[in-house]
Amino acid sequence: MKEETSNNSRRKFLKSVGLTVGAAGVVSGFSLLGAAKAVAQEPGETVNLLTQDGQLVQVDKNQLRPTVSEPLTELQKRGREGIAGKSFVMVIDLSKCRNARKCMDACQNHHQLRPDQHHINVLQMQDAEHTAPYFMPKPCQHCDNPPCTKVCPVDATFKRQDGIVLIDNERCIGCRFCIAACPYSARIFQWTEPKDAEKYKDLTYNIEANVPQKKGTISKCLFSADRLRENKLPSCVSSCPNGVYYFGDQNEDAVTNGTTHETVRFSQLIEENAGYTLLPELGTKPRVYYLPPKNRAFEFNGDLLNEENLH
Amino acid sequence: MNDLPKQKETTLSFEKIKEDILRPMQNHKGLELWIAFLITVISVCAWAYYVQLRDGLGVTGMRDYVSWGLYIANFVFFVAVSLVGMLISSILGLLRIEWITPISRIAEIIAVAFVAVAGLVIIMDMGRPDRVVNVLIHGRFQSPILWDITVVTTYLVISVLLLILPMIPDLAICKNELKKTSPVLKKLYNILSFGYINTPSQHKHLHKMIRTLMVIIVPVGLAIHTVTSWLFAATLRNGWDTTIFGPYFVAGAFVAGSAALVVAMYFFRVSYKLQDYITDLQFDKMGKLMVAVCLVYLYFNLNEFLVPGYKMKTGDDIHLKELFTGHWAIMFWSSQLLGNIIPVMLLVTKKFRKPLPLMIISLFILAGAWIKRYVIVIPTLLHPHLPIQNVPDNFVHYYPSAIEISVTVLSFALALLIITVLSKIFPIVPICETADNNGIDYKIDA
Repeated sequence: MKEETSNNSRRKFLKSVGLTVGAAGVVSGFSLLGAAKAVAQEPGETVNLLTQDGQLVQVDKNQLRPTVSEPLTELQKRGREGIAGKSFVMVIDLSKCRNARKCMDACQNHHQLRPDQHHINVLQMQDAEHTAPYFMPKPCQHCDNPPCTKVCPVDATFKRQDGIVLIDNERCIGCRFCIAACPYSARIFQWTEPKDAEKYKDLTYNIEANVPQKKGTISKCLFSADRLRENKLPSCVSSCPNGVYYFGDQNEDAVTNGTTHETVRFSQLIEENAGYTLLPELGTKPRVYYLPPKNRAFEFNGDLLNEENLH
Repeated sequence: MNDLPKQKETTLSFEKIKEDILRPMQNHKGLELWIAFLITVISVCAWAYYVQLRDGLGVTGMRDYVSWGLYIANFVFFVAVSLVGMLISSILGLLRIEWITPISRIAEIIAVAFVAVAGLVIIMDMGRPDRVVNVLIHGRFQSPILWDITVVTTYLVISVLLLILPMIPDLAICKNELKKTSPVLKKLYNILSFGYINTPSQHKHLHKMIRTLMVIIVPVGLAIHTVTSWLFAATLRNGWDTTIFGPYFVAGAFVAGSAALVVAMYFFRVSYKLQDYITDLQFDKMGKLMVAVCLVYLYFNLNEFLVPGYKMKTGDDIHLKELFTGHWAIMFWSSQLLGNIIPVMLLVTKKFRKPLPLMIISLFILAGAWIKRYVIVIPTLLHPHLPIQNVPDNFVHYYPSAIEISVTVLSFALALLIITVLSKIFPIVPICETADNNGIDYKIDA
């Protein structure tokens, strides 16, 4: 019985190898043919490329194709699952923010956004009439009780195991219920054809960076989930010149400052500086923590704050 | 007032009822012009929708803050108006109130037309209508949108049944009487009359079915508008985050629906010459009914605005100040005064419950109801918890664009077209029920 099975599986294996080799042969035959055709069409124009082992080679321009990333289904699958064992948190030190807006620029660049589209926005805040005004960077709060994912009719926005709330532009129907539900106004909508739509139209959609953006769908801050997979800090965190951002893993209880690269205990940082979350009364349980704007590193240089500016 | 129905009894015969009610169905004068007008409007506005499909929702006035605008306000209005079917033919029907007989079918037609178009309005508001099937493939029952789709569809189906079933005896008459009508319609009457010849057992079964539907539609009708209110109430926004939105919306829907019914009654009475059927009595009773529903709505408005207005807690304060005295004050107060308070004050007097004055008041109520929906949807989005900053100017204000207005007009024209066509091919006043009510015997030939 056992032998028979192994025989069977061997036969199956050989058969499938044969099939694969055959198929590969056919495919490569076609691609060779295609290459030959391309060369025949427009010879001469070549570019210099450096190979992985350091050799400079000349390649016909017609042979150049954009790098093929993982297929869509694979990207979607891992994007929905998240990174196992992680629990990402961000800490924003308000005493250091001087409205340099480098985080906003980096984010817009990373996620192919127009200058007026914000995944992260630096707001001028004043909590009460006579309290000190301050600048407050506001990304998506990646709530643990997210109002947005509850209302989505098609599960296009969802929370992963590592705490990041993502959105799937391949599935979003553009009803904008998540915008209505988000108390932090952290979501944006692609009202028209997104920036550089033509340029990126052949690119495979990467759910973890939400690029390329798609007309008629939602977009939002993703904690640069694609960079986290490569063990890099989010775009906004690494681009801040003033050390405002800390980012890390709550399970490790460690957060790293994007500017100084200093790693500190998350719990200690929050405790010592009386860290808080935004609108805690709403019960959304944000993963973005703020340190109060005490002992400022700068003087507040915002516009005159009046009622009009604040609301 | 009370001598009117008595008078009718003496003058009406089954032949006369038949003739009066079937006459407008054969006489086309002026109707083609109206239908042609509606179709022109629809085609022009369909082009606006095409532009929106082509260029994206950016052609509307909506932006990241006001991401729901005119369309959603209009959707809520349409759902509200459609609730009149449940109020009139079901609630009052179950209470065996006789004066609704001549207007129950108008109410049902309004319900069908408005709820059908409400479904379309939602699709018109979608950023990716090409993916509407995702709702079926990936639908999640945690989302109020799924509940909404479910109840809107259910309500549409039951309303269509409640339109057709009571009409079976009348359609049997149409089949026999309307000899000159087009073959398509003949076939339709033939199919939809289901071989009804008014035998006692047929009569019994039909009425059993109708009464069952009348009972079923009450919870479905309540659900449709309650769930629509939950689209808002389930969010954490100032102005929407309230527990009375469900009953508040239902009460408002009865007001809007009754007003729409009165306007329709008036136009059918005049253009179809149905003064003997849709009499002053019906208008008088509708006027009284409107006072009742307006008072209920007023009570809910007091709760909805006075209670938070008394406290003025953070978040609510900006929203309420803007409504009461700020940018939205004109719309807010006109919807409260012209659409609710003043009509109640007028309608308690008998002379305002005559057809023409009541119709004019109803137009104000209807306009007020529409504005009220607008004031519910947009200001809340403009008053989020965190300040609106670093965005282009058109994110901070909301003005519907010409495209948006055209698409909204499209939805109204579609609803009117459905009402026109239905009232053209079906008898607008129930023939057999009117005869029954007047104690007239009749026979239906096979």
